[in-house]
Amino acid sequence: METLERIIAEHPFLADLDPGFTSLMVGCAKNVRFNRGDYLFREGDPADQFYLIREGKVAVEIFAPQRTPIIVSTLGEGEILGWSWLLPPYQWKLNARALEYLRAIALDGKCLRNKCEQNHDLGYEVLKRFARIIEQRLEATRMQLLDVYAVR
Amino acid sequence: MATAVKADAMVTQPYLIRDVSKETYDTFTLKLEPDKGSNHTQFQPGQFSMLWVFGVGELPISISGDPDEEERLVYTVRSVGQATNALVTRSVGEAIGVRGPFGTGWPLEAARGHDVIVVAGGIGLAPLRPVIYEVLNHRKDYGRLVILYGARSPRDLLYRKELASWARQKETQVLTSVDYGGMSWRGHVGVVTSLFKYARLKPSRSVAMVCGPEIMMRFVTRELETYGLSRSDIFLSMERNMKCAVGFCGHCQYGPHFICKEGPVFRFEQLRPLLEKYEL
Repeated sequence: METLERIIAEHPFLADLDPGFTSLMVGCAKNVRFNRGDYLFREGDPADQFYLIREGKVAVEIFAPQRTPIIVSTLGEGEILGWSWLLPPYQWKLNARALEYLRAIALDGKCLRNKCEQNHDLGYEVLKRFARIIEQRLEATRMQLLDVYAVR
Repeated sequence: MATAVKADAMVTQPYLIRDVSKETYDTFTLKLEPDKGSNHTQFQPGQFSMLWVFGVGELPISISGDPDEEERLVYTVRSVGQATNALVTRSVGEAIGVRGPFGTGWPLEAARGHDVIVVAGGIGLAPLRPVIYEVLNHRKDYGRLVILYGARSPRDLLYRKELASWARQKETQVLTSVDYGGMSWRGHVGVVTSLFKYARLKPSRSVAMVCGPEIMMRFVTRELETYGLSRSDIFLSMERNMKCAVGFCGHCQYGPHFICKEGPVFRFEQLRPLLEKYEL
């Protein structure tokens, strides 16, 4: 049986993380599962955790009045979901809905924030990894805004 | 790879429309067969023809059919203006004029024994469909086939049934993505470059063929290089305002190149300096 520590260490988001940091993070982690159609979180909910996706696919949606929510991105195996736990007011700004059966590791945001405050080396490592993800998502959003398929 | 200009390159041959099928709300596929006296149906994947709608105008359209089907030519056309609208609203049995095929094809000979990565955006899948047919028709000659296809929304995706059918073929991976999905869309959402992380690529033994708007191709080539593909193994299909199709008129000039004659398929390393020039 796989241990939580090994699963976390093998997730691409935490690849090559110092084993000591992995051990610290395990204390904030738990296995979670969602069925197709389940919401992992909704806009306005407290952002008290984030997810390392192990299997399945999740839709990130924006609620739009008088119409169905708009899916702005999908995330799958090996990806990470959620960074609103990092910054006040710790509230989700989007919805996340499982498009299919989903397995993930949920990391408690408050728990990890406390550990990062106590261990700034861990905090810097976590922030560097999130900064890379945020940069990639920002670039992807810019490309969506460019409407790159508009003219051929 | 370049095809010699035929002596009759300026002579339009009559073809009859045998089928018009709707791919999306604005895109149609036409199947043409030669009328009596004309028999030019052979082409290389990646080449284009000049289609003349009598009384309306002539326009360059990539061939999107199976190169092994020698009795007809197939074109996928997005209706965006007067001439394209006139073309897609022709009825079965009507005649149009065809010149060509023209230009360079995709490097299928060079790709033999290699994995083939097809990256398409929007209607850019049409000029790449003959590549997919060729690889699937001659499966043992090629390695894995990876198709990455992006479009604005689910309703803009071309060849949806075929995409599903290709995904079931052995040694073939098909990933599609849309910029914006509705609640019923269960596929990926994000630009086509976001699919690379799910693709099973072996960069050192792969040839990539890319077609779509130039801005998309710029991002895709950057991603392919990030994944380790060499510039010499990346090929792009360019589009400019082709008129004569034989390199006389200069309408399609792109830096030192005439797209109609030296292209439309180019090696990325040939084009890279031009793709970085503003307003070219």
